[in-house]
Amino acid sequence: MMVIGLAHYLSVAAILFTIGVFGIFVNRKNIIVILMSVELMLLAVNINLVAFSAYLGNVTGQIFAMFVLTVAAAEAAVGLAILVTFFRNRGDIAVDDASVMKG
Amino acid sequence: MALQAIAFYLMSAVTLVAGFCVVSARNPVHSVLWLILAFFSAAGLFVLLGAEFLAMLLVVVYVGAVAVLFLFVVMMLDVDFTALRQGFAQYMPIGLLIAAFLAAEMILVATTVATKGAAKDNLTPMAAGSGSELSNAEAIGRVLYTDYVYFFQAAGLVLLVAMIGAIVLTLRHKPGVKRQVIMDQVLRTPKTGMRIVNPKPGEGISE
Repeated sequence: MMVIGLAHYLSVAAILFTIGVFGIFVNRKNIIVILMSVELMLLAVNINLVAFSAYLGNVTGQIFAMFVLTVAAAEAAVGLAILVTFFRNRGDIAVDDASVMKG
Repeated sequence: MALQAIAFYLMSAVTLVAGFCVVSARNPVHSVLWLILAFFSAAGLFVLLGAEFLAMLLVVVYVGAVAVLFLFVVMMLDVDFTALRQGFAQYMPIGLLIAAFLAAEMILVATTVATKGAAKDNLTPMAAGSGSELSNAEAIGRVLYTDYVYFFQAAGLVLLVAMIGAIVLTLRHKPGVKRQVIMDQVLRTPKTGMRIVNPKPGEGISE
């Protein structure tokens, strides 16, 4: 219990990932919270990568986590830009009405 | 060792509680603030693992940029968020069920990997580039700028494309806005910029 092993970190990451999936399930209409849930899932992936990197003594995992961070930032920026455009065109952000992607 | 365990349990508990509050908060602004707390405590976990550089990167990139971007968008959009919460209670039981299964499966796999996998002999986190006196940032830099330099460039390209995409998506030209057009000003010659008229006495000039 007092020695924190790899399994502890992996469990935290697994639960955090599950919370992200759960957030996508229950907030199906609110795309802002869906985007935040995706960020949580990517954070869980990062925790996994860094934990393995630390326990294997190999720095490559941290580099991969950095790339995940880059892609997550890009995804958030483009996702929010699409959201803003969508809001301008339709006046609300109910994604279940968005069946046609033509502007 | 005990201090590390306490720190681990504290920070992981804060991360998980904040993560749950992100998905269940009524107000999206509160969601963003909980997200910031989750990122901060996850950065603490990274420090505990010996990945200080990535922890600071997480604070700067996520808290400083991504979370603030979320905050801007949430506050900018004038949306009735209570209408968007319809179906929350409806999807809650099935969501909880699937989440519980998923978490149980992933934790089982994780414990198996941790006890039987390649890292089974390493009981404590090792500093990156163990055996040498390199700091974490230096160890990352030595690998990132040699073995992964093309991937590093590609990541920069991804960010550039994302930036251009975001600008193109949100840029809007309003008609009727008077702007300074430098080229028109530079191309102005005395011929086009000046007109000599010879008004007769008693008459004005008409355009």
